[in-house]
Amino acid sequence: MKADPKNVLTGSHYLDGNYACAEGAIAAGCKFFGGYPITPSTEIAERVSQRFPLLGGVFIQMEDELASMASILGSSWGGVKSMSCTSGPGFSLMMENFGLGIMLETPCVLVNVQRGGPSTGLPTLPGQADMMQARWGSHGDYEVIALAPDSPQESFELVIHAFNLSEKYRMPVLVMTDECVGHMTEKVVIPPAEEIELLERKYTDKKPGEALPFEPTSDGVSPMIPIGKGHKFHITGLTHDYRGYPVINAETQEKNVRRLIDKVNMHADEIIWLEEKDVEDAEVVIMAYGISSRVIQPAVAKARKEGIKIGQIKMVTVWPFPEKRVRELAGKVKSLIMVEMNYGQVFLEMDRCAAGKCRTYLVGHAGGTVHNAVDVYNTIKEAVK
Amino acid sequence: MAATEIRITGFGGQGVILCGYIIGKAASIYHDQHATLTQSFGPEARGSACSAQVVVSDSRVLYPYVTSPGIMLALSNDGYLTHKDTMAEDCILVYEKDLVKPEKDGPKAKAFGVPATRIAEELGRKIVLNIVMLGFFGAVTDLVPAEALRKSVETSVPAGTEELNLKAFDKGYEYGVHLKEKVELKV
Amino acid sequence: MSVKVEELVREEHPMEKLLRMDRIPHIWCPTCGLGTTVTALAAALEQLELDLDNVAVVSGIGCTGRVAGYMKLDSFHTTHGRAIPFALGLHIARPDLKVIVFSGDGDLISIGGNHLIHTARRNVDLTVICVNNFIYAMTGGQVAPTTPITARSATSPYGNYEHPFNLPLLAASSGAVYVARWTALHVRRLTTAIKEAITKPGFSFVEVIAPCSTLYARLNKLGSGLDLMKFYHDNSVIRHGADLKEVDIDYQSKIAVGKFIDIEKPTYIDCMNEGGKRAFGDKYKPYGGGNGGN
Repeated sequence: MKADPKNVLTGSHYLDGNYACAEGAIAAGCKFFGGYPITPSTEIAERVSQRFPLLGGVFIQMEDELASMASILGSSWGGVKSMSCTSGPGFSLMMENFGLGIMLETPCVLVNVQRGGPSTGLPTLPGQADMMQARWGSHGDYEVIALAPDSPQESFELVIHAFNLSEKYRMPVLVMTDECVGHMTEKVVIPPAEEIELLERKYTDKKPGEALPFEPTSDGVSPMIPIGKGHKFHITGLTHDYRGYPVINAETQEKNVRRLIDKVNMHADEIIWLEEKDVEDAEVVIMAYGISSRVIQPAVAKARKEGIKIGQIKMVTVWPFPEKRVRELAGKVKSLIMVEMNYGQVFLEMDRCAAGKCRTYLVGHAGGTVHNAVDVYNTIKEAVK
Repeated sequence: MAATEIRITGFGGQGVILCGYIIGKAASIYHDQHATLTQSFGPEARGSACSAQVVVSDSRVLYPYVTSPGIMLALSNDGYLTHKDTMAEDCILVYEKDLVKPEKDGPKAKAFGVPATRIAEELGRKIVLNIVMLGFFGAVTDLVPAEALRKSVETSVPAGTEELNLKAFDKGYEYGVHLKEKVELKV
Repeated sequence: MSVKVEELVREEHPMEKLLRMDRIPHIWCPTCGLGTTVTALAAALEQLELDLDNVAVVSGIGCTGRVAGYMKLDSFHTTHGRAIPFALGLHIARPDLKVIVFSGDGDLISIGGNHLIHTARRNVDLTVICVNNFIYAMTGGQVAPTTPITARSATSPYGNYEHPFNLPLLAASSGAVYVARWTALHVRRLTTAIKEAITKPGFSFVEVIAPCSTLYARLNKLGSGLDLMKFYHDNSVIRHGADLKEVDIDYQSKIAVGKFIDIEKPTYIDCMNEGGKRAFGDKYKPYGGGNGGN
């Protein structure tokens, strides 16, 4: 299905990353946005509130982030593409109902414009220290999908992609941007609507009485069950069976949680999106995501110019983690480097998958600004030894 | 061409951010350059001193922040004093003549002053002083073509104010051309 | 006239159309007030002759939170306290559906209190049925924001000393357009109130005082559920339109019941459409749902 031209602001614009997120959501057909103001994500909500009235969408500023997240789950079950955005403390508050979204297998998109933490931290400065919270922030076992844009252009594109993934795998999808990207203004090229491919929600084709909200399927993803069509279905955040009925025992728990994990793992190769450069002959591979993947470029270029065989992997998706690829590379290279604005979060996954087969380095800091080239370059020099 | 870093500094209400936005948009939308705008957020962006940073480059901007500007637009003396030490050795200073008092000890820096507020007031609206500055900037530097800047002004200012703003831009531009013809002031 | 035996022995429950019989028996204790409250909702839906395909129930967590699981309707058992914002999203996506929030006092008033007051403020077209048993029952009888002063609970073992909320006053002052209170004894009046609440455009709030014999009655030595029902019978005072400042519930004293508030006010969607028209004139198309209307 193609995007509706009414929703697409085709042309070249000078937009910040937050506005670009909003335009991506609108182009993707988002028609409900429940949000709560928090720096540095607020411009997404502002743009949506400004654009929605004439597009038939509803923006509602909820009383808090708990309610924002709950409201987008409700509207998604009402059949409407839904999104929220937040930062820092708001992300913590949303974790409760993010878990409900995972459990009810509810398509929706949540953008976290990361700032420095913990607690109130650095409201106006960037960080990437919510990556493990994105992975594990709600209680219990589950898999997530998280994308990390490095520019306003990618913010636009990845929000659309996030909506498609959320419909395809029937789950909330995270877009983990940061203050730097969110508040950075650059050229954003919005293509014509007919060039924007959207995935429609898959609904069950079974009749009321036969359809199940969590129908087992070969690809692990159950089609959604529509509201108001006589199915009279029940869904619950409790551990449930295929019918959606709560069943409180270990056997049902195993099936329920396995489905949440398997549907992502089974499709990990399809979901994982890496942009690799010069990796084939590399002695050292540098990995990064979001803004960090961009600011390392001058240091990498300098090292390459000096004859260091360095390859790079930009992780467009951070979760699920590219476990297979990192294991492969660990057997071939001297070192793997992770650059991120935290003190080692995604690094831990890289290090785990390297499993001692190569050296691993973290270029990390507590946030507040992006990495400088010198730190990155020095680590490359060390890693190639 | 290497990336050129621009810092625009002034106080809240002078249109500092819009100034940066118009330069970035001119370079990347109306010219074939890449331009990344960042701005200071937080309480300082809601009054008192504020600044906008633009990195303009022929290739993709990799590092978005400005560390040592090659061009600085100073709309207030406070802003100038806060950021003067970050100016690159050969930084071009473009300043509001009646508000900013540039120090005389810049080594290679060139400085061009314009009474932007006065010109804006003559046009009847003090608020367009930032656009006068932009016109002037277009004349005394050759980073972004003046025509691109002018187009960017036209599409960035509030609807209904285009004519006034373009007039302001032209006034600033004329002042700059005239000044450049006369002499390049070395400070 | 002779009556055939088959006619006397009904094989189906009278509310079978509205209950998930494959989930019965339910988890509630004998003499719990939830059974009669659910029956009142079922009777209300039946009497309103609504197309049941277009009715949804949303619950939070707790004993009352389980109601969603027993109603044969599109039904959502959400997180603790968040039934109202979930229902708000559902309602905005599908304003053509009747969305009923059915949950307990701990869920709606304590952890979900902020959502209750703000959704009432917005006058979102939802029906909220709040079953008040004065205690957190599912977790074993802890003190609630509705526990009367001096009543004992698992976490107020020497008697509660906190002021409880007066729910009708809270709902009305937050902006609800329909507010009523009945006890689980007043099945017919409660059914009428639920009917009125569902029919009323805007935020409706029905408080149902219900016995919890297992915890509240036991911890306070008030006898059985039946004794509590008898207490309601002897101590309920019907005071339609009462001054809401006077409908507090003190420990084992008179309970004011009745229809307290029934006013007209534009709903959230009415107001949004009015705002859209004010800003954009004819360019604005009134909102009719997330997937239709526009």
